[in-house]
Parts: sequence; C-alpha cells; structure tokens
Amino acid sequence: MIGPRPGRGTRLALWLPLGWLVATIAVPTGLVLLLAFRRLADRIPPVEPLWSQAAGHGRLNLSLESIVAVATDPLYAAAFGHALANALATTLLCVLIGYPLAYAIALAPARRRPFYLLLAVVPFWTSFLMRTYAWMGLLRDSGPVNSLLLALHLADRPVHLLYSPAGVLIVMVYSYLPFFLLPMYAVLERLPREVLEAAADLGARPFYAFRTVTLPLSLRGLLAGAVLVFIPAMGEYIIPDLVGNTQTILIGGVLWNEFFQNRDWPTAAAIALLTTLTIALPFAAGALLRRRLRAA
Amino acid sequence: MAAGARWRSFSLAGGFAFLYVPILWIIVYSFSAATVVGVWKGFSWRWYAGLLDNEDFRLAAERSLLLAVVAATLATALGTLAGYALARGPRVVGRRPLAVLLGVPLFVPEILVGFSLLLLFVALESVLGVPVGKGLVPLVAAHATLGLPVVASVVYARLAGTDRHYEEAALDLGARPPRVFLTVTLPLLRPALASGWMLAFTLSFDDVVTSSFLAGPSATTLPLFVYSSIRIGVTPEINAVGTLIVVTVAACVVIAMLRGRLAAQARLPPARDAGPQ
Repeated sequence: MIGPRPGRGTRLALWLPLGWLVATIAVPTGLVLLLAFRRLADRIPPVEPLWSQAAGHGRLNLSLESIVAVATDPLYAAAFGHALANALATTLLCVLIGYPLAYAIALAPARRRPFYLLLAVVPFWTSFLMRTYAWMGLLRDSGPVNSLLLALHLADRPVHLLYSPAGVLIVMVYSYLPFFLLPMYAVLERLPREVLEAAADLGARPFYAFRTVTLPLSLRGLLAGAVLVFIPAMGEYIIPDLVGNTQTILIGGVLWNEFFQNRDWPTAAAIALLTTLTIALPFAAGALLRRRLRAA
Repeated sequence: MAAGARWRSFSLAGGFAFLYVPILWIIVYSFSAATVVGVWKGFSWRWYAGLLDNEDFRLAAERSLLLAVVAATLATALGTLAGYALARGPRVVGRRPLAVLLGVPLFVPEILVGFSLLLLFVALESVLGVPVGKGLVPLVAAHATLGLPVVASVVYARLAGTDRHYEEAALDLGARPPRVFLTVTLPLLRPALASGWMLAFTLSFDDVVTSSFLAGPSATTLPLFVYSSIRIGVTPEINAVGTLIVVTVAACVVIAMLRGRLAAQARLPPARDAGPQ
C-alpha cells in the first residue's frame, strides 16, 4: 500500500503548505540574496530601485560594494570571530553537561523516564526571554551566584559576570542545553542494552565500555545535537545584547545594528549571506565527503 | 555499580537544578514586597496588582494572546496538511522540497528568518501598494511560519506511528481520500493536533527576534514589551510578568505532553513499529 491514490485532495495537502513555505521561506531567502547586491539609497525602503532609466538607457542597479565591504572590513571579521568562539564554546559546554544528563535520563527506570523527559522539555519551551532575564538577576555583582562564589571562597570579591563574555556564555549554555538534550536522549534511549551488558560480561570496565561502545554508537545523536546548538548560537542576538558588554559585539548584533540603527539594509543582507555561507560550507563539504567515502 | 548510580543521580540533580533554579528564582522574588529584586521582605501581591493598572502591559498581553491563537491555528492547519502529505501522501514531485523547507527554520538562525520575512512584506508593499509591511498581519504570517514545521513534525510522528488499516478500510469501503482524511485521519490525529497547536502557541507567545523586525510601532507584543523593559534593568514588576508568562507557557507544554501521551494510551491502537517505550 503506497497511500491513497493521488487525488485533488491529497495534492492540495502537499501544495498548500509547500506554497506557503515557498512564499515565506524560499522567496524571502532569495530577497536577502538579492538585497546583498543592491546599493544603499536615501529613501524608503533604503535601497536603490532595482531598475532605473538614465539618459534613455535602462540600467540594472546591482553591485558588489556591500559584500566586498563586509568581507574585507576587519570589524566584521572580529564580530564573526567572537560569534564563532562563543558558539563553539556554547556547543562544547552543552555537550559536556547535556550528555551525562541525557544518559542518566536514558538509564533511569522506565517508569520515571517520562517524568524526567517532561522536566527536560519544559524549559525548552518556556519563555526564552524570561530565562535570560532570570540570569540577569542571578549574575549581578550582588546576586546569588556571586554570594555563592564568596561563601565557597572561590572569589574574594564579586566577579563581574553580568555584562561580560563569561556571563553570555553561561546564559547561552543554559538556553541552548535543551536543544542538545532532546536529540541526544532520543539516541541514547534506543541504544541496545545487550551490547553494554555484553561489554560488561566480557570484563570491560564501565568507562572503557562507555568509550568503546556507548560513545561511538551515540556519536550521530551527539553530532545532531551539536549542530542544533551551534547554528542558532551563531546568530544569537538577544543574549549578548542583554547580558554581554558593548566591546565584544557578535555578528548577530552587528547585523541587528546595521539594520535597525544604521538602516543599511544591503550591508545587513551581505552579513547574513556571508555568515550563512561560512557556516554552511563546512557542513556541505562534510556531507559531500561522507557521500564520496560511502560510494568509494 | 554504586559508582554508576552515583554519577547518574549527580547528573540528574545537577542538570535539573541548573535548568530550574533560575526559573524558580523569578517566581519566588515576584512575590517579595521589596522594591529591589533578590531581597525578601515578606509575601506580597503588589507587583501583580501593579500590572493590572499598567495599560501598556495589558494591551501588549492581549495583542500577544490574540496573535498566538490565530498564528497557532494557521500553523496547525498548514502543518497538519504538511505532516499528512509527508507521512501518507503519494510520492509525487514536491515532497522533497516540502521536507527541505520544513527543516529550514530549524537550521537557520532566527535573526535571518525575521530579516528575510520583513523583506518579503516590504516587497509585497511595493508590489501591491498596500501598507502591509509591519503590524499584526505580517506577525501572524511570520509566527505561523515558525510554528508550521513543529506541527508538521508532531503530526508526522503520530501518523508514522499509527496503523494505516483504518484509512485503508475506509478507502476499500469506497470513501474518497478527502473524506477519509476528514472522518478517519483527523480524529486519529486529535492528540497530535492539540499538542502541535499548543507548541505553536508558545513559539508565537514567546517570540522576540522575528517580531522585532515585523511588529513596527503599532503592534508591540508582550515579549517586545518585556524586552524593552529588561534592557533597562531587573525589576520586581518584570518578575511578576515573567512568572505569568512562564506559568502560562509551562502549563501549555505540560498539557500538550500529557494529552498526547494519555490520548495515545487510551485511544490509539498499538503502533506497528513503536520503538522502546
């Protein structure tokens, strides 16, 4: 059975959402791409018209100005570098914290697992903004985190966490942890227990068994979760804006400022384009390489 | 084995404490009478009472609720069709593009989604000559787009785990596919629709980034109101707003999950290839 015969109704079920997504995702992506090649102008919207008539000639107004400017200005490269470092550190910490938690949930007794899973999912959907806000209170110089550090003698005077890159990293990890947790759990939960038992029966110490059996078997989930953290983290704007300082501005913040403050739409589009390409290229290359290796 | 049990308890306790302490902190201090956040001066409702008198808050909250309801409904309608087309539809041209486009909002930073959608509405404005660039209409369209893939994946997962025999029986008895969809598939999907709708609702009700691009000055949503307030600093009043938002959203999520689970146990036949659990 392949499914209902392709009638008008089932075709509609496909084409209605497809049409919607083409209009709201594919077309706008094309518009960003096009905008990156247009010139800034003093009008609303602040770009030159695509087509203009001058001295009897029609002229297509496209240029590489914005793209070249973004690609060569060290300011943008620095912001990109900060964002990359921040996103990589966030991803790494999410893996280090999320893996043991996901594994512990997966190994919990079956009747308690749905409850733990619910506990893991609720923050995922709970107001992102409010969770960032909570940390603004916790990280203040006089806040609970600093009180704890002082009480444990880990610091002898309050550490400036709020409005610092360290604070941004803490809140990033906190906000993105569920993105890692869920795919990681989904994979770990399905690991065949017999394999682990076999490793134990054959005399493998728990850590050795983990390193040689569990970890390789769950690597796919780990990578999927890491990608789900890394990509949105690269574009993050709200957390650095609320918790970070004004010196370390990330690429998302630069895009935001170009768009909202400088009203330089072509530059914002060029940043979007180059950032997406730089993130996407390694993934595309990886996928291609894997296909080649499999074919060989 | 004791060592194994110990690290597991430690991971669970530490991980969940990390996830929940900040949320509990907001809730607890929203009930403190003190004007400074983080100081406990006895229980008080004063910050909640203050909110009732705050016109900006009330308007933003009403607008966000309306927006989230409409956007979630639209997302559910389109997402259900998409999930159905992928799980049950014939293998025709357009399936793969649909699957790819559904994945985009997951894999692209949200700032790009908001930015590109604004460009769409600006372009529409200049093509149609109608001022639709900013406001509630673009917000509904944008939030529906954010919710669509979530609903589609919930519906797809439900259909993939449900036997096709019911639909096949209806087809064999001569019902045409649209009728089968309405009278057999949709009722089977009810729990998935409920949880998909609620998840789309929370996505919309919580959205800052996309809304910043599309709201304009006339359609400040609750998250935008909160965002502009907390850029100035931490206040007990925002703790109260936060508690209300967190409780609303968490309730939606818990209900969505429990409904999905209970309904699945009560009504649906065992799935053919359900994994462990």
